[in-house]
Amino acid sequence: MTLQQIFFFVFAALTLVGGLAVVTARKLFHAALWLLLTFFGVAGLYVLLEAPFFAAAQLFVYMGAIGILIIFAIMLTRGIMRQDAPRFNEQWWLAGLLAIVLLVVLGWLAWQQPWTTTAAPIREDSLHLLGLALVDPEGFALPFEVASVLLVMALIGAAMIVKEG
Amino acid sequence: MVPLQWYLILAATLFCVGVYGVLARRNAVAILMSVELMLNAVIVNLLAFWRYSDPAVVVGQAFAVFVYAVAAAEVAVGLALAVSIYRSRQTVDVDQLNLLKW
Repeated sequence: MTLQQIFFFVFAALTLVGGLAVVTARKLFHAALWLLLTFFGVAGLYVLLEAPFFAAAQLFVYMGAIGILIIFAIMLTRGIMRQDAPRFNEQWWLAGLLAIVLLVVLGWLAWQQPWTTTAAPIREDSLHLLGLALVDPEGFALPFEVASVLLVMALIGAAMIVKEG
Repeated sequence: MVPLQWYLILAATLFCVGVYGVLARRNAVAILMSVELMLNAVIVNLLAFWRYSDPAVVVGQAFAVFVYAVAAAEVAVGLALAVSIYRSRQTVDVDQLNLLKW
């Protein structure tokens, strides 16, 4: 087993333990902290996939911005930190069954498919290529601009929704 | 080198954990957190396929960027809705939110 594979298992364990704790944690605030651990594990996986830009974006956008936003929302809605309310609705067993069936099907598909992979080395300028593709009219310039507009509209809309009165 | 299948199965597991959270949790903020888990699983899948096919083709990375943007928009609007609902109903328990139910 190579060092890379050992690190894969470490980060995969962080991700999955964190994820399971997010959906089962009794206190919502603890769930938010476990979510940060999951984000960290996923950032480690991005490093293993040699995508350092996404690892950094994961730390800033997910652990930083989204994590803090969720913690703020939990604190702004104090009543939901009440402990006595049950965590799951009455169809939790059906949801669990569905999730397990989905996992078996997806896992079987991923396992039996003979993926043709090339372990080509990453080019030095791969981030440069991504940046060019995002502003290239032949590439992703239009979706990139639409994504920018979507973000601005979402933030204005969020501010409108929470405005008092 | 880590086989591609390991990443795919990890992403599938994370996605299914998220599915369970969305379907089974009662709290709206917990449901949003589970959606974040599912989106993270999708990005892991996209980047794994990008890395294990030709890394000079940036489509996988570009899609991952768009998933990031959509995730940020989703969480901003979703949490704003949760705070707004809490103001008017004093709860974010989705079992008690039946205003649109006849």
